Amino acid sequence: MSLLSIQRLTKNFGGLTAVNNVSFDVEQGSVVGLIGPNGAGKTTVFNLITGIYQPDQGAISFEQASLLRLPTHRIVSLGIARTFQTIRLFQNMSVLENVLAGCHCRMKSGILSSMFHFPRQQREERAAIDRALKALDFVGLRDQAENLSKNLSYGNQRLLEIARALGTEPRLLVLDEPAGGMNENETAQLVSLIERIRGMGITVLLIEHDMSLVMRVCEQIVVLEYGSKIAEGSPEEIQRNERVIAAYLGTEDG
Amino acid sequence: MSIHRKNVLGAVFLAILGLLPLFLNSYWVDVLNSIGIYAILGLSLNLIVGHSGLFNLGHAAFYAVGAYTAAILNTHFHIPVLWLLPLCALTAGLFALVIARPIIHLRGDYLCIVTIGIGEIVRIALINNIFGITGGANGIFGISRPSILGLTLRTPTHFFYLILVFTLLTIFLFHLLEYSRFGRALNFLREDAVAAEGSGINTAHYKLAAFVLGAAWAGMVGNIYAAKMTIISPESFTFWESVLMFAIVILGGSGSIFGVLLGAALIVGLPELFREFASARMLVFGAAMVAMMIFRTQGILPPRPRSYDLFETVEGERKA
Ligand SMILES: Nc1ncnc2c1ncn2[C@@H]1O[C@H](COP(=O)(O)OP(=O)(O)OP(=O)(O)O)[C@@H](O)[C@H]1O
Ligand SMILES: [Mg+2]
Repeated sequence: MSLLSIQRLTKNFGGLTAVNNVSFDVEQGSVVGLIGPNGAGKTTVFNLITGIYQPDQGAISFEQASLLRLPTHRIVSLGIARTFQTIRLFQNMSVLENVLAGCHCRMKSGILSSMFHFPRQQREERAAIDRALKALDFVGLRDQAENLSKNLSYGNQRLLEIARALGTEPRLLVLDEPAGGMNENETAQLVSLIERIRGMGITVLLIEHDMSLVMRVCEQIVVLEYGSKIAEGSPEEIQRNERVIAAYLGTEDG
Repeated sequence: MSIHRKNVLGAVFLAILGLLPLFLNSYWVDVLNSIGIYAILGLSLNLIVGHSGLFNLGHAAFYAVGAYTAAILNTHFHIPVLWLLPLCALTAGLFALVIARPIIHLRGDYLCIVTIGIGEIVRIALINNIFGITGGANGIFGISRPSILGLTLRTPTHFFYLILVFTLLTIFLFHLLEYSRFGRALNFLREDAVAAEGSGINTAHYKLAAFVLGAAWAGMVGNIYAAKMTIISPESFTFWESVLMFAIVILGGSGSIFGVLLGAALIVGLPELFREFASARMLVFGAAMVAMMIFRTQGILPPRPRSYDLFETVEGERKA
């Protein structure tokens, strides 16, 4: 059975159909790419998966359970973590605290134990900091832990978003243009990072415009154009697909 | 500055503060009491405005609910007023829960306007002697003096120590709160609510929790105020009170405990020092606010980033 299953998903914004009857599955342990020209509806699909928008039609299920009408934070705690296309870090907080935001949903301390620092709270807090530091180590930002996140370079901010997402201990990681704004060197590191994430058993679904990255890391690719799915398959199949080539080259009859 | 030096400085400051009533006349002790009360009110509002970024210009309403809870139950049922502290927290907190739930999703400026409305509604309801128990415009008098371990608190100096202890307790607990899952969640909310929700934080819950906790704390201050005055009336809970509390937080430094303490000392204390210029008070106040907005938008003492112990522990033991 697939980890994430999207069926006949449709989302309208006023008169615009941003996502039109899209279906695809993401298998456990795979890296899947979602590509398509600007405005194709990729980010909207992510926003539907993570509960930021509700679909007009269709179904989304994760580990056989429907995600419809669940609030975003519930979906995160079920095991889907995301990053944002336009970086959304907690700018004025430290790098470590940004990752602790991700750890939040795996912690339990309530208002009273937070105010009185009961022993259980102290143990949990220590464990969360250790876990956050591990996540920072994993993406290579351990030495920046105490810096404010707004002082990181653009590429490092993207890595920090990934670390924050990993802090939620996800089963599925959803990355929206993780290489956006990265230089070649950083992109190469990102490729190896995605491979290591997959090595941990985390399934990855990513949107990316950098085709060489997509072709290198994804085993399955879904192509959207004007909200509709126009192709799906392995990187080789997608590279040969006439409709995809037409969509990217912008031919009228595609 | 080393931790050690900080502790020594703190202890010296506290000792001086604790001895002040011996050297001041009761008028000035009362000024210190006012500063203390507004400091706690400011700290409670700081949870909502400073930490969570939710604009609340009606905080006096929760202060009033606490004060009236204490006054009504004390005068009708003769329950010692300080015993009512938890109950005042409860009524103010519950009131906040009920009114905040439908409005908490509103964006900054809208929330601000609605809270102003709530503050006014509460004040007018009190004036109109709602349920026949608030005493109308005259308020409630004859609240019995509180006593602790057989000592009846009467003089400003007695109340000075009560308020000092309550202030220190508030500072201590709110400081711990800042270094916790709860305190961080409020800040994530303020920084970027969408990202917070997307990181797995129940933003609606924390917005409400910040409101309720801040209100409950203001309710306890209301109790102490009622105990100190022995008479309360709607006049003490006007829109102007809410504005003062808000200004204390913004001027002192949103989200910073020391900032709020300084803000309370300046906003409540300075006008007393410059009594002879009382007529120019509003002018100076306004000018100070304008200058702030231009030169130091984060307040006089903005919060400093939290620091954490970065040494990982391995099964309870320290790793270098
Ligand atoms: N909240 C919204 N309200 C109205 N229209 C929206 C909204 N979000 C997205 N759209 C529209 O839906 C379409 C798809 O947008 P989406 O952001 O999903 O595209 P995308 O494939 O992620 O594009 P890009 O590669 O540029 O990020 C666009 O035409 C966009 O303008
Ligand atoms: Mg997009």
